[in-house]
Amino acid sequence: MTQRIAELRAEAEAAISAAAGSAELEQLRVRYLGRKAELPNILRAIATLPPEERGPTGKAANQVRQALEGLIAQRSEQLAGGELEQQLRRDVVDVTLPGAPPQPLGRLHLLTATRREIEDVFLGLGFRIAEGPEVETVYYNFDALNHAPTHPARDRQDTFYVTDDVVLRTHTSPMQIRAMEAQPPPLYLIIPGRVYRRDNDATHTPQFHQIEGLAVDEDITLADLKGTLLAFARAIFGSDREVRLRPHFFPFTEPSVEVDVSCFMAHDSHPPAQRCRVCKDTGWVEILGSGMVDPNVFSYVAEYGYDPEKIQGFAFGMGIERIAMLKHGVPDLRLLYDNDVRFLEQFG
Amino acid sequence: MRVPVEWLYEYCAPDLPVQELATRLAMTGTEVDRIEHHGVRALEHFVVGRVLSAQQHPDADRLKVCVVDVGDGEQSQIVCGAPNVAAGQTVAVARPGSVMADGTKLKQAKLRGLESNGMILAEDELGIGSDHAGTMVLDDVLEPGSPLAGVLPLSTDVLELEITPNRPDCLGVYGVAREAHAATGARLRDAPWEQDPGTFDDSDLGVAVVVEARDLCPRFTARAFHDVTIGPSPPWLKARLMACGQRPINNVVDITNYVMLLTAQPMHAFDLDRVEGARLVVRRATKGEQVVTLDDQTRTVDGEVCLIADDAGPTSIGGVMGGNRSEVQDDTTSVLMEAASWDAANIHATSLKLGLRSEASARFEKGLAPEQALDGQAVATKLMLELTGATLVPGTIDVGSGSRPPEPAVLRLRDKRVVGLLGVAITRSQSAMHLQRLGFETAERPDGLDVTVPPWRRNDVTREADLIEEVARLHGVNDQLPTTLPRRRGAVGVLAPAQRLRRRAEDVLVGRGLHEIVGWSFDPPARDDRLRLAAGDPRRAHVVIENPMSEDGANMRTTLLGSLLDVARHNAARGQALRGIFESGRVYLARDSYTRSVTLPHEHHALGALVPGDVFAAKGYLEALLRALRVEGTFASASEPFLHPGRSAAVQIGSHPPTVVGWVGDVHPLVARDWDLAAVAAFEIDLDAVVAAARLVPEYEDLTSFPELREDIAIVVDETVPAATVLDAVRAAGGNLLAHAEVFDVYRGEQIAAGRTSLAIALTFRARDRTLTDADVAPLREKIVKRLAEQLGGELRG
Repeated sequence: MTQRIAELRAEAEAAISAAAGSAELEQLRVRYLGRKAELPNILRAIATLPPEERGPTGKAANQVRQALEGLIAQRSEQLAGGELEQQLRRDVVDVTLPGAPPQPLGRLHLLTATRREIEDVFLGLGFRIAEGPEVETVYYNFDALNHAPTHPARDRQDTFYVTDDVVLRTHTSPMQIRAMEAQPPPLYLIIPGRVYRRDNDATHTPQFHQIEGLAVDEDITLADLKGTLLAFARAIFGSDREVRLRPHFFPFTEPSVEVDVSCFMAHDSHPPAQRCRVCKDTGWVEILGSGMVDPNVFSYVAEYGYDPEKIQGFAFGMGIERIAMLKHGVPDLRLLYDNDVRFLEQFG
Repeated sequence: MRVPVEWLYEYCAPDLPVQELATRLAMTGTEVDRIEHHGVRALEHFVVGRVLSAQQHPDADRLKVCVVDVGDGEQSQIVCGAPNVAAGQTVAVARPGSVMADGTKLKQAKLRGLESNGMILAEDELGIGSDHAGTMVLDDVLEPGSPLAGVLPLSTDVLELEITPNRPDCLGVYGVAREAHAATGARLRDAPWEQDPGTFDDSDLGVAVVVEARDLCPRFTARAFHDVTIGPSPPWLKARLMACGQRPINNVVDITNYVMLLTAQPMHAFDLDRVEGARLVVRRATKGEQVVTLDDQTRTVDGEVCLIADDAGPTSIGGVMGGNRSEVQDDTTSVLMEAASWDAANIHATSLKLGLRSEASARFEKGLAPEQALDGQAVATKLMLELTGATLVPGTIDVGSGSRPPEPAVLRLRDKRVVGLLGVAITRSQSAMHLQRLGFETAERPDGLDVTVPPWRRNDVTREADLIEEVARLHGVNDQLPTTLPRRRGAVGVLAPAQRLRRRAEDVLVGRGLHEIVGWSFDPPARDDRLRLAAGDPRRAHVVIENPMSEDGANMRTTLLGSLLDVARHNAARGQALRGIFESGRVYLARDSYTRSVTLPHEHHALGALVPGDVFAAKGYLEALLRALRVEGTFASASEPFLHPGRSAAVQIGSHPPTVVGWVGDVHPLVARDWDLAAVAAFEIDLDAVVAAARLVPEYEDLTSFPELREDIAIVVDETVPAATVLDAVRAAGGNLLAHAEVFDVYRGEQIAAGRTSLAIALTFRARDRTLTDADVAPLREKIVKRLAEQLGGELRG
């Protein structure tokens, strides 16, 4: 009997090793280890053997069964591996084809993207964001901002009027007054928004966007203004920028300064014959107007806690279009308002 | 303001390159737009010459062949086209290598076959006059060969300055010289009006001046000159006017302009013999009165315009422009030189009303000090005597309240305020130095300085803060200032919820593939009709601009749809397919009435989108947006004039009752066609209202401890029954255990009756406290089916 078991083993081992696929292997499993196969039958018939043969036969048959099971499992793994290999080879694709389905991506408009970028810088510096009406009273737009009655900005040539007392705001500054009326100091605010002036040429559109800044507290200084704008300039235009303050005049700040940022173009990279598009080779480019809030402005809101003898502050205003155009090299303001999709897709 | 450096240096000549001077001025508050060059270049090639002979060119009637002594015995042949050139004249010669005022470089040339070694010059070629009629004849005492630059102002740099409106004193060269002095410390020479040849006795000038409108004309001064010879001004004066951008006219008129450019005080010269009745009255005009101004325009004025009139009527618009009836002419021999002060606001108003801005009005409207009138008279008198052969009639007419100007203001400048406002230590003596250089007087006080404001700064410097500005700008706000940050004291920068949600709404649409656009706030009035808005449509209640750039921009928009359609068409016309666009911006609605407290129109922040496809394409984006903001929106069939009537809906939020916050739908085919667009759909919402309804802080809900049980049903109803109505019924019947119900498929066709629709609805049941079984759900499902049958005639399908 043990002889027969050894023969079965040899026969099965040879067949299993030679099996060419999972299906054939399954047939072999059924032939040698299945319910009707010879080896299991031998094991089932152990009890009919003479007692002295039972031990050795059972032991040998079990060993063979285990060996064959192991062999089948091993061979099955081999075969599966090979078949997977083949499958993977058949699955090869051209990975340079585009993704499917394509996931469409829109863009924020450059003005929105720039506005948010600037907002985020000032949020980080502790400023909040306020907004105000675009159709504004002459009182908030000019009077309370200390514009002399003859200030040319009031002219109908320069400002859109809705009535004698109502204009399209010419700057975001009216919100300085509204914000101070609404909240006592300290106040750290920026005010983004759309503004309007009667201008239409290569460098002016009748509608544009500004961001106003206002910081009012007991001890705000012009040096604080410089530091704040330096932080801003570096965040927007690069960490090695410098700012330059040039004295100027604005009705609602005193002292007033215009602020230049050091040019951010690589000046050695273009031929010397070509002027720098950003700074015209001066090394500086004007980005905004600012100054210390004029005491007269505070006197308009003194009853809300703004005593010009006790509090002081700075204010600034910048054009979002200008910042966006400088930063991204947009040559013509009107491109921003054409909304050509080939323009829109480049930013945001 | 154009300031020739050559002229500036007469009063203050800093030992600096011009570029450096410009930088110093810019960094102390006088902005320099650019530095220009006026006149010729390559000065070494310009010499004095003497014409030795001038003979007719053999081959050209209009040319003469001259032999010119150009110094050192050298004789040069020059072919010249000037009719007046003649032997014996001393002339200005440009030799080959010269660069003319217009930039052309002179070379040796042949004119009609004859060699010409340069040019005999006319005024305009040198940029020192406008005369091109003939060569400029120079004084015979000049030696041939001497450099022309030593004789004539051939060349100067010109600073093009942007003078801020608070500094009319800098609209004169001397005012700029004072700034240059303060900015650089270079010596400032005495003002040109320090020496006044005039007198102030009470003699009769042969003319009487009456100022009736004393409020509009605070000071009127005049001096009279006889024996005046009208003629051209000398080259040096003409050259300066030209460099400043003014055309020389004649000596008297040139003097008035020159004095204004030097002192900032505008002057006017009357022909004294043409003043009718020997009397000038300064008065308000009568309404409708007419004046013929120097530019030959007849101008009709109103009762607030201030005129200077003689017995024959108005001769000038005071402070704005003289009249042609009494202007100086070639035969004038007696001149009345006027220097007055005018009310700034009135000049500004007059200038606007008449659309007439002159050099004079541009200065007066900024407010000149009455003292400056006599400064102007002093310089003018000196020049009249020097340049016109005039004799001065003794005495000065000086009338008006301004002849006794107010005491100068004295302001306290506290040391601690200087430091406290600027954030940098500036000593009292430094402050005093800066202020003194600007013409302020200072006196020591225990806590700072008492500062006396000079008349020319009276309007501009009225408070301590103004003094601090003066100190700051001259001390160097840039170089001397540290960079610090505010202490902030707990100020926290954070977006308000509405701002955060607005960003989120925009980002959702961008993330789904739409491009953001920025449109115009202005609407052409014709757009209302193009959008088919009915007569009473609230969107016709525009905020209207009184003075638009053009009629097409007269209205403020009441919807974003116009901008969206315009942009879609712009791109379609350029072959650019649009995946979809949106705008996030304001719309403006006029109110029915305004009150003392409600003075402004309604504005809200709207968000609108335009996408290819139909109402469902648009609605898909809108639903994504609402979900992102956690706003429950509902939709109800509704029509808008610019939408397809059967394929549009009102967007609602809230319930009991819901509030309409926008619309969505197919753009009406007529509207789409008007904008040359194929099928497009759109939505617009009041983003302020939507954001206000957003759930800001979601609260945790246990959705994982017990599994939900899902079941689908298909229900057939009449096709007129909206899906929303079906779902309402389903939810009402489903009770608390029904967590969700949504339509996921719609079928109409052969398998069901005509006029009926099959809606496939996904039901999700969930209990908080246990796992639901069929036994829990089956009765609910039955109840739902029953309710649909009873209320809506629904049948369970299949």
